[in-house]
Amino acid sequence: MADTAHLIEEDDRKFTLNFGPQHPAAHGVLRMIMDLDGEVVTRIDSHIGLLHRGTEKLLEYKTYLQGLPYFDRLDYCSPMNQEHAWCLAIEKMLGVEVPRRASLIRVMFSEIGRIMSHILNVTTQAMDCGALTPITWGFEEREKLCVFYERASGSRMHAAYFRPGGVHQDLPQRLIDDIAAWCEQFPEKMARIEDLITENRIFKQRNVDIGVVDQRTIMDWGFSGVMVRGTGIAWDLRRSQPYECYSELDFKIPVGVHGDNYDRYVCRMEEMKESTKIIQQCIALMVKEGPGLVLLAGSKLSPPRRAEMKNSMEALIHHFKLYTEGFHVPAGECYAAIEAPKGEFGVYLVADGTNRPYRAKIRAPGYPHLQAMDHLSKGHMLADVSAILGSLDIVFGEVDR
Amino acid sequence: MANMNTEILVDLAAHIEARMPDAVRSTQIVVGELTVLAERDHILPLLRFLRDDQQCNFETLIDICGVDYPERNERFEVVYHLLSMRMNHRVRVRIRADEETAVASCVAIWPAANWFEREAFDMYGIQFADHPDLRRILTDYGFEGFPLRKDFPLTGHYEVRYDDLEKRVIYEPVKLVQEYRNFDFLSPWEGMTSEIPSDEKAGGGA
Repeated sequence: MADTAHLIEEDDRKFTLNFGPQHPAAHGVLRMIMDLDGEVVTRIDSHIGLLHRGTEKLLEYKTYLQGLPYFDRLDYCSPMNQEHAWCLAIEKMLGVEVPRRASLIRVMFSEIGRIMSHILNVTTQAMDCGALTPITWGFEEREKLCVFYERASGSRMHAAYFRPGGVHQDLPQRLIDDIAAWCEQFPEKMARIEDLITENRIFKQRNVDIGVVDQRTIMDWGFSGVMVRGTGIAWDLRRSQPYECYSELDFKIPVGVHGDNYDRYVCRMEEMKESTKIIQQCIALMVKEGPGLVLLAGSKLSPPRRAEMKNSMEALIHHFKLYTEGFHVPAGECYAAIEAPKGEFGVYLVADGTNRPYRAKIRAPGYPHLQAMDHLSKGHMLADVSAILGSLDIVFGEVDR
Repeated sequence: MANMNTEILVDLAAHIEARMPDAVRSTQIVVGELTVLAERDHILPLLRFLRDDQQCNFETLIDICGVDYPERNERFEVVYHLLSMRMNHRVRVRIRADEETAVASCVAIWPAANWFEREAFDMYGIQFADHPDLRRILTDYGFEGFPLRKDFPLTGHYEVRYDDLEKRVIYEPVKLVQEYRNFDFLSPWEGMTSEIPSDEKAGGGA
């Protein structure tokens, strides 16, 4: 009799809770089944795939150029960064190098994308911890960046601006001037947001020593990006395996010490400042080097100029073939990775010599990060789960693909 | 940068081949990337060696994915991408697999392999032996078939809609108003080398 009573008492403490799939703190559609012991999490089983759109299957049925816009829809917080990886993979296979000005524009917009993603993450994570003001201040700045996207590509989110061989259109000088002006005022806005969050007592209580990641965890769980840097390892693909013109730019890699939520927050804030500097350097280089090509000229990759098409039959044929058949990529395989705001975003491309990829595997940084949710949250309180989830910087567009 | 790396990769390839002769079928370096073609039965010792060896030191598992080649005897390839942050190099390991034979799971080496292997199972039906929890991951609850196989139709088999009369979401077989248009762009006009069938005049006629 006494034994049974004891068992019942124990069972009262343990129960299973369903989190999501539509939960505001899930940053998308995530369903987690959590085993709790009182208020302490003992196990998390994440159910993902609620936003699965079969991107990889679709890519196999589209030409390389038609496949590009799908990448905007992966991590929709920083669309151009994803396009970049796709373009780099194709360029690697074709063995082409993009024109100098295109490279500068790409780097500039990659960094704009990084700031967009980090603003969104930092402020929404603060909201998960109870702070409602930062998101309104942060999104004011983010909206300006969306407008820069729109002025460059015609779309504030799904840009399809980077193209294999360069970028689609050159930037008007006025836009470059406006971006430069934005860079001037952004640090002040950052300082205001920092005033709100960084030393905030509640924010610190919710994040310091929560979700601690050590070096073993990083290696075991395939972490990348800020998740690595928060622990103190200065690993950044822009520095260690540089692509485009990152090797000639001057920027620092902020690293944390403890690897907890708070250090990752500080890393992201510092990275935004570094990104602003990179944008300014790109603008300075663009001004110094003057106008130039933004898409490989005279190659199969770029459409002919409109004026040319009025006079030349070949140009007209080429234009038609490029946008129907597309270009062919020689058979082979390659892996191209970029330092996306969330970590290492890679594309494994298998080509069979036709105009469509045979297989395109998208390696999204959020996928292994979310996988470690169970490992990171074990032993934490229920309320910490949303703080950790926010700090992992998960976006379901890229996790579910 | 690619040229500088190639020498290091040649050394690394020779090192891996010398130390793991049973596991390695061959190695190749293309576009500055090292690929190790490995034997399926020796994949675990090979991966463990790649992680623990001082010269390799591939501590981070970047990705595991499947590739489907339906015309082959063993139709699948399982591709592992590894990264060493300390040595700053990457490697790709490829093995062959088929529908029946299971590939040894490497969850014991990298816990991160868990979801990647589940995804490969979900998308291709590749079996992983000793995987702790080989469930579907990205597809719908109760999904049937393996969507990334080449013989799986792009449109799938079932479509979902909300039925206003039944007040619930229902599954129905896919009904296409128009057939999916799959254009054949491999035009014979470009790079044609052989003679055109029934074009006898072209050869000996003149």
